[in-house]
Amino acid sequence: MATDTTVHSVNPNDGTWKGGGEPFKASYGKLMMWYFLVSDAFTFAGFLIAYGALRLSMPSWPVPDFVFSSFPGLEGSHPLLFVTLMTFILLFSSFTMVRAVQEGHRENKKGVAFWLFLTVIGGAGFLGCQAWEWNKLIGEEHMTIHTNPFGTHVENGKYLEGNGHGINEGDLFHAGDTYLIHKHGDEYQQLKYQVSEGADAGKIKELEFGPKQFGALFFFITGFHGFHVFSGVMILLIVLANVLSNVYVERRNGYEMVEKVGLYWHFVDLVWVFVFLCFYLL
Amino acid sequence: MSNINVTTYPEDKIFEESGYDDHFYEHHHGDKYQSSFIGHYIFSMDHKMISKQFLITGIFWAIIGAAMSVIFRLQLGFPEESLAWLKPILGKWIVVNDAGIGKLAPEFYYALVTMHGTILVFFVLTAGLSGTFSNLLIPLQIGARDMASPFLNMLSYWFFFLAGVVMFLSLFVSTGPFAGGWTAYPPLSALPQASSGSGTGMTLWIVSLAFFVVSVLLGGINYVTTVLNLRTKGMTMWRMPLTIWALFITAIIGILSFPVLLSGFFMLMFDRGLGTSFYLNDIFIGGEALDRVGGSPILYQHLFWFLGHPEVYIIILPAMGMVSEVLAVHSRKPIFGYRAMAYSIMAIAFLSFIVWAHHMFMSGLNPFISNFFVVFTLIIAVPSAVKVFNWITTLYGGNIRMVTASLFAIGFVSMFISGGLTGIYLGNSTIDIQMHDTYFVVAHFHIVMGVAAFFGMFAGIYHWFPKMYGRFMNETLGRIHFWGTLICAYAIFWPMHYIGLAGVPRRYYDFSTFDAFKHFEDLNKFITIAAIIAFGLQILFVVNFFYSIFKGKKLTTRNPWHANTLEWTTPIEHLHGNWPGNLPVVYRWAYDYNKDDREYVPQHIKLNENEVDNH
Repeated sequence: MATDTTVHSVNPNDGTWKGGGEPFKASYGKLMMWYFLVSDAFTFAGFLIAYGALRLSMPSWPVPDFVFSSFPGLEGSHPLLFVTLMTFILLFSSFTMVRAVQEGHRENKKGVAFWLFLTVIGGAGFLGCQAWEWNKLIGEEHMTIHTNPFGTHVENGKYLEGNGHGINEGDLFHAGDTYLIHKHGDEYQQLKYQVSEGADAGKIKELEFGPKQFGALFFFITGFHGFHVFSGVMILLIVLANVLSNVYVERRNGYEMVEKVGLYWHFVDLVWVFVFLCFYLL
Repeated sequence: MSNINVTTYPEDKIFEESGYDDHFYEHHHGDKYQSSFIGHYIFSMDHKMISKQFLITGIFWAIIGAAMSVIFRLQLGFPEESLAWLKPILGKWIVVNDAGIGKLAPEFYYALVTMHGTILVFFVLTAGLSGTFSNLLIPLQIGARDMASPFLNMLSYWFFFLAGVVMFLSLFVSTGPFAGGWTAYPPLSALPQASSGSGTGMTLWIVSLAFFVVSVLLGGINYVTTVLNLRTKGMTMWRMPLTIWALFITAIIGILSFPVLLSGFFMLMFDRGLGTSFYLNDIFIGGEALDRVGGSPILYQHLFWFLGHPEVYIIILPAMGMVSEVLAVHSRKPIFGYRAMAYSIMAIAFLSFIVWAHHMFMSGLNPFISNFFVVFTLIIAVPSAVKVFNWITTLYGGNIRMVTASLFAIGFVSMFISGGLTGIYLGNSTIDIQMHDTYFVVAHFHIVMGVAAFFGMFAGIYHWFPKMYGRFMNETLGRIHFWGTLICAYAIFWPMHYIGLAGVPRRYYDFSTFDAFKHFEDLNKFITIAAIIAFGLQILFVVNFFYSIFKGKKLTTRNPWHANTLEWTTPIEHLHGNWPGNLPVVYRWAYDYNKDDREYVPQHIKLNENEVDNH
């Protein structure tokens, strides 16, 4: 065996990457959360790329300002208003999360608990908003993952009958306008209209359902995101209970768990920005 | 100190002086993870035990997957012969006619091909290969007590086990396991009524693979974190053995590609169970058009192959890393071009993410987009060739020890060259018009990622078996295993290139009914006979493996191969925490072989005065 161990040696113990320490002082727990978030980001990216691929292959796509235009308690059309409220609630909960982490660094138990509690309220509020929106789409507008009653005109024309929901006989419409096929009893009311321009001018047609994928992707992707928010709220509640029962006071890494769940929470908010962009703005 | 008594060796003394105390035993009160039978052998959180669990589960699946291939090779090589003797095992899938001739049911032939692919790619060559050796080698070679999170590491194995249980159950479903190919393209995978295996069989298949993805992610996150944060003092990134570089990059690829497969699977589950049409369009069943329109089956292929291509590097990179290490140790020379090896692993990993559509040239992909994928596919030949060159130059002029491990490592290089060259043919979209879905493709990927990865795995098993079990495997049986497998592997897959060039398509049940293909009858017989012999040789390996666990020649020293890496400084008896006292401190890279008239200088030995640090 070659075991010449003489005096000279390079000091192996300096520098970030020399071993025996944590590069950038990132604990293994935080690193694991980061890598989990990277993988989760790729999952969402897979969904959103599928969304883009399917949407771009369709001849038409419902206009979000028409589909998402109601607000609880208000009459008429308020595009973007409700989703703005939802987004604000979620982003505000990110702010309270930051404060909880900050109080954790200060080892202030009361502060951590207070701000975590507000974060839980924010997450639950967002989920409540989502529940209201889904209920409206499914219960009142009868959109499901199989059927999408939101269609979009591809030609100009004139309605030959009314539906009692704002469309009257003789109303004109333009290519690109989105409509909703209302359901009466078990029947979807597919209004008749006459095309006024183009190759089919003069022909009488009836409203057709929009691309199925609109409803399916909406419920699938916002549902998957909502599931993340729901899991986040549950984890936050567990962490809150731990904070209140002094679990983190004795730990060597103190309130690091608050920081880790904070990373997750900010990630969920960040993903919402992309979901919001795809479904409500574009 | 640990409460397990271990024989003391010079290493322990060195570490008392030069190692450092991480206060491990003050916190862990000895061996708490191994205090009971269940805690030690079943729900173990010790990385060495988990690695054995991965390996033995992998061997179990390898036997099943290989036996399946023998059965469908019998059908291809001897379509006229009766398979009635298989009726006791396969039951109703062998249809015996009035004359007593038993035929393999065609739908079961497809199920066998599908399961063979799924099992070998995911359960054997992903979990069984990188799961085993990431667990064994990462903590030992970087000088860590265990993984960053032993608990998640245990979960990783048990999710793999659960995936295995579900897949195993699917073999016994009355409608048969999934039969639509291991890639599970819709609509065969998306419509339960599409074929008999598309019902319950496919449901179990997708549930099993969803568990498998969870296993890979839990494992991968742990491996990456461990490599980054738990290296011992002095173990810089550029002093890590190439095995660690390969396993580290493999884990990163897994973290980035498996989630996308999961996205694809979730949408597939919705199409199957909830009636959405993400992947379905214009489907007619029995002349009736289904109300499932607007989706895109090509979308699934993109999502699948975004995993599927990196997956082949998840399979081959750990084999490459182990071969680099085994070749250096057994040729008693520093690995040639250490940094070039590490950089080419990174280059291969990066390129693996931008070539996936070369699996889809004939799917109706825009030919202009194909050009992009052709170019990047061909560029992968560059880092691959760098690695091959470095392996050969490592061997060149070496004092090679021809043990089974090094034979398999050399065999790996041979297989990787043979299979890699045909990859350059297939990477061209124009040549693919003739070659796609033929036996040429089958020959290519079996040699380059099937046989080669297996050779890397065997090299690893023969080399690290003494570390895992404290005994050697039988060398004579090992050599018979190597030479037999080498000859059989070429005998099986070399003729397939000719058959494929002649246009014989893969996945067909019987060629004897086609005028264009039936003159390959003799060649198909030859391939089948070689496959049966190869299967027998692998059984020989399994016998050797289990025999040697209990009866193999015992290790008398810690470092039987005179290797430089840290795993050989740990006691022969496994103990939780790996080193009985201080952690070793690293002073040099892993490849100081035949340096300054010293045959080998392990990593924990300090530099002499005036000694030049090779790294």
